[in-house]
Formats: sequence, C-alpha cells, structure tokens
Amino acid sequence: MNLSPDQTVIFEVWGIPVNATIFYTWVVMALLTVTSYLITRRLRADVPPSRWRTTLEVIVQGIQGQIQEVAQGPTRYLLYYAGTLFLFVAMSNLLLVVPGFEPPTASLSTTTALALSVLVAVPLFGITSRGLGGYLKTYLEPSFIMLPFNIISEFSRGISLAIRLYGNIMSGAVIAAILLSVAPFFFPVVMDVLGLLTGMIQAYIFAILATVYISSATASPDTSQPEKETP
Amino acid sequence: MTDLGIIAAISIFTAGLTVSFGAIGPALGEGRAAATALGAIAQQPDASSTISRTLFVSLAMIESTAIYCFVVAMILIFANPFWTAAVAAAQATGS
Repeated sequence: MNLSPDQTVIFEVWGIPVNATIFYTWVVMALLTVTSYLITRRLRADVPPSRWRTTLEVIVQGIQGQIQEVAQGPTRYLLYYAGTLFLFVAMSNLLLVVPGFEPPTASLSTTTALALSVLVAVPLFGITSRGLGGYLKTYLEPSFIMLPFNIISEFSRGISLAIRLYGNIMSGAVIAAILLSVAPFFFPVVMDVLGLLTGMIQAYIFAILATVYISSATASPDTSQPEKETP
Repeated sequence: MTDLGIIAAISIFTAGLTVSFGAIGPALGEGRAAATALGAIAQQPDASSTISRTLFVSLAMIESTAIYCFVVAMILIFANPFWTAAVAAAQATGS
C-alpha cells in the first residue's frame, strides 16, 4: 500500500521521473489557470456578465467576505495569497471524484511546501506592514522571556499545518483503500463522500489559519500599541 | 522469536495503542466543543453562522491531534523504518 502518491511514477522526462504528486499538482494548477484565463479573457465593462464570470465572482467574493470577517486592516494582498491557497487545496481535494486522480495534498511534500510558503509569507507580510524592526519586536511581545517560545511556536505552527492537511487527506485515501478490500461496493463511496467534506473543510481551515497567522503578524499599529494614542 | 517477528509484533501492538489512546482525548474534546456550540446556538440563534464557523475550525484543530496519532500508526504499519532496516539486514546475512 502506498502512503503517498510520491512513489508512483507516471512517466519520465529526459530521465527525470515525474511522480503522481508533481503530475497532478500541475494538472490542478493548469485547470485553475486555464479556466480563469478563459473566463476572464474578454472582460469588458459594457458586456453583461456571463454565467461563468458570475460563478467566479461568487467564489472570489465569498473568499473576500470570509477573509474580511477574520482579518482586520487591508485585505487585498491577503485575498490573493489565502485565496490562492484555498483554491488550490480545495480543487485538489475535490478532484477526488475523478477516477484515477490522486490528490497531491495526500503527499507530505506538497503540504510541507504549502506550509513553508505560509511560514515565509508571515514575516513578509509582517515586515511590509510594520517595517523590519516593528516586526522583530513582536517576537519580544509580552516580555523578553517569551522570545524562544515565540520562535518555537512559529515552527510548530508550520509543522502542524503540514501534518494536519496531509494526515486528513491521506487518511481518507487509506481508509477508502482498506474498505475497498473489505467491503468493496458501497462503503468506499460513503467514505469518499466523507473525504470530500473533510477535504473542503481542511482547505477552508488551511486558508483561514494562514489568514489568521498573517493578520496577527500585520496587526495595525493602532491596536498593538494603544499607549501611544492615549496621552 | 526472530528480530523481524519482534519488530512486527511491537509495531502492530503500538499502532493499535496509538490510535486508541489518540482517539480518546480528541473524542472527548470534540464532543465537549460541539455540545457547547449547540448550547450557544440554542441561546443565540442569530449568531449561529459565526458559531458554526468557529466550531468547524476548532473541530478540525482538535481533530488534528487524532490525525497525528493516525499518521504515526500508519507509519508504524506501512512504512516502518526499523522493519525495512531489519529486512535488509536479514537479507544481507541470509545471502
């Protein structure tokens, strides 16, 4: 039994093996990119929106609303980042319904890469909004003693992001595979439906957690330093 | 009992133990979180959207501890590094 799609090699390009993770990641990326390019290709203000464009607008506005409920301050770049994360994870989890598709999020490499990007994005967003010194000061936030714990929590949050997504998606696949050998007709379908629900919730949680981490790093100076405004 | 037998027995036993003990805590925690959220929704039906969103996020975060245990159990059964090392050692000595 395979614990991750890393081990299945689909084809080789010039001697470099392309495994299922890389292949299906590119499939998901191509699907998202090509679809949104085709929909927004002829975007003009005077043309009434087609149903595809309305669908995209509903999705983007839904993500925007969710982010605005969680984060304070400007959310435009946050929308680009967290929305992309959400769309990628959700699409790769939802394509589970396609036979033969192995979700790339069922591989620890993909989820580690996503979590690493969150780990890099948190200081980037923090530095752009507060400046380098202002961001580094947040590590000393309650007092100087908390410095190692803040650094540890930064890493443990990345590890838990990666393992949570990987474990949930991989467990769905493994349980479906085990049930397929035990009760092959009906129960795997039920578990796959449950896997769809779990995948959607996990995508939502991944994006929301990234939003929360970033917005806590970029919290506006008004709320973080109230003593300057009181005198 | 050979080395392989000992490793297999202990791995399987520990995998079962990991999942069972790892499921107890998150199960209690999730039940408590869901019960509290239901009580809160019954008291304030207007805030049900916010409460259920927070509930979903916290349920998934609680559940992730159980998922960690599941991952460890899966590694113990299907991708045990000691098992592969012992198999390699046995092949090296046997041939």
